[in-house]
Amino acid sequence: MRKSPFFGLYIVIALLLIIPFIAPNNFYLDLAIRMAINAIIVLGLNLLIGFAGQISLGHAGFLGIGAYASAVLPTHFGWHPLPAMATGAALAAGLAALVARPIFKLKGNYLAMATLGLGIIISIAIRNETNLTGGPDGMPVPVMGLMGFDLSSDKQWYWVIALLLVFSLWASLNMIDSPFGRALRALHGSEVASQVVGVDIVRYKVAIFVLSAAFASIMGSITAHYVGFVTPTFADFFHSIELVTMVVVGGMASIYGSLVGAVLLTALPQALATFEGWETVVFGVILMLCMIFMPKGLVPTLVSKFGRGD
Amino acid sequence: MLAEFLQFLFSGITVGATYALAALGFTLIYNASNVINFAQGEFIMLGGMLAVFFSATGLPMPAAIALAILVPAVVGIALEKFAIEPLKGAETVTLIIITIGASLVIRGLVQVTLGKNTFSLPPFSGDTPIMVLGATLLPQSLWVLGVTAIVVAALWYFFSKTLLGKAMLATSVNRVAAELVGINTGFVLFLSFALSAALGALGGILITPITLTSYDVGIMLGLKGFVAAVLGGLGNGLGAVIGGLIVGILESMGAGYISSAYKDAIPFVLILLILFFMPRGIFGGKSTDRV
Repeated sequence: MRKSPFFGLYIVIALLLIIPFIAPNNFYLDLAIRMAINAIIVLGLNLLIGFAGQISLGHAGFLGIGAYASAVLPTHFGWHPLPAMATGAALAAGLAALVARPIFKLKGNYLAMATLGLGIIISIAIRNETNLTGGPDGMPVPVMGLMGFDLSSDKQWYWVIALLLVFSLWASLNMIDSPFGRALRALHGSEVASQVVGVDIVRYKVAIFVLSAAFASIMGSITAHYVGFVTPTFADFFHSIELVTMVVVGGMASIYGSLVGAVLLTALPQALATFEGWETVVFGVILMLCMIFMPKGLVPTLVSKFGRGD
Repeated sequence: MLAEFLQFLFSGITVGATYALAALGFTLIYNASNVINFAQGEFIMLGGMLAVFFSATGLPMPAAIALAILVPAVVGIALEKFAIEPLKGAETVTLIIITIGASLVIRGLVQVTLGKNTFSLPPFSGDTPIMVLGATLLPQSLWVLGVTAIVVAALWYFFSKTLLGKAMLATSVNRVAAELVGINTGFVLFLSFALSAALGALGGILITPITLTSYDVGIMLGLKGFVAAVLGGLGNGLGAVIGGLIVGILESMGAGYISSAYKDAIPFVLILLILFFMPRGIFGGKSTDRV
């Protein structure tokens, strides 16, 4: 019998309901929130990298646009956080749309170069526009308020993020089996073949890139409001790499892989804090070992080993 | 006016030569394996840092330099043997992540063992500047340019006149066909990692007396080398050298005439423009896809 792909969703919901009651203190609740935020970001990125097969090495740039829109517009111009968030998303989507057409004529390594360049330019701009962004020191982000209700405690944030995660998961599961998702997977398989069966490949690639940029920007805004402070490292190359790593370690084109990758790699630095100075080395070694022994990523490898091939 | 322009040109060509060596390293590995080696920048850093370390242990300068080239070459070979070779045919992203993992390991090890300080090397032949039409030229710049020119000439000779060099070229054109005519493509892969690590390290050593070095200089140097390689048309050796010089000169001119704060952004703006309007780089040929 074929298991419903939504079975995993119920397990995730159950886990999300239990966590706040078993988390011993706010440190673990905070960790859970950051895992969930990363999971949502990685879900979006996996649609682009894993399903559509388009590498982005500059995704943190889009997160940065959202985060700084939510910090700069309310602080310097007195905007409400919601329109600020929407403006960030529109900006990220606009920028993505502007560069998408020329970028998607490129493939593989050239595409990696172009997205990397875009991300680095964004992060350098954030670092240098000190009057607006506070430069390398970063700046505080005002509290997210909605109809006189301030979102401030970790508990409130937890439920908001958990709801967002469940919704994103549900939406992704539906999307990959929709005509749009099938078209994306087809162009990953073979661009020429999908063109032959009538998929407008450039249109789909542009669409998924713009969508994932806007999505990343919104998640950047939300993260900024949750943390209450943004620094340029949020938008830099290394953060982009971290996100891609989560996608690849969890498993490309695996929805639940995105969750696993995000959870593991968010927890890893905490676990490595005991290594005092050796964190980077150990992180690098784990990354390499994962890729050498499980090049398809954790979840797909485990599924093919223990799954009953449904 | 002229003096200012010349000054920017000199410093641009000098840094550009380092980018050119890094870009050549990218090109060698890309041709042999289709891998973009994101650890290339760490070889540049490793060269500079190790030269500082070995000369501090009291070794004479030439010996320190030789060791600072040899050790990164061995690291490059290890990377190829243990991480790249077992993964033949993996997806581009997977290979990119592997080399990024390697760069973290190298950077982390240097940070733990040699510390986070900034180091320098004494210039190879004094630091009395040479005056050229009102601009100053450091003797070390001549070392950088001279050695780079010799290396490029030697590589040209190697690839166009020797059997091994031609075997490497053949492998880059068509791996299967190269194997069929009896070329040991495994050895070619091995050699290209060793060579490109050594080239990167050499660039890092030469530039250290001018720009200083620390454990974290590799990221930007590597990325700019990548820009230079793509600019010249990925896989094209001559293109990589010219790409490196262009990136260096434009960066230095941009920093001088436009904005020094945005100096590091210039290569990336340049590469986006090039990719938009000349998607295969300046010297890249046309390509057709096999279905």
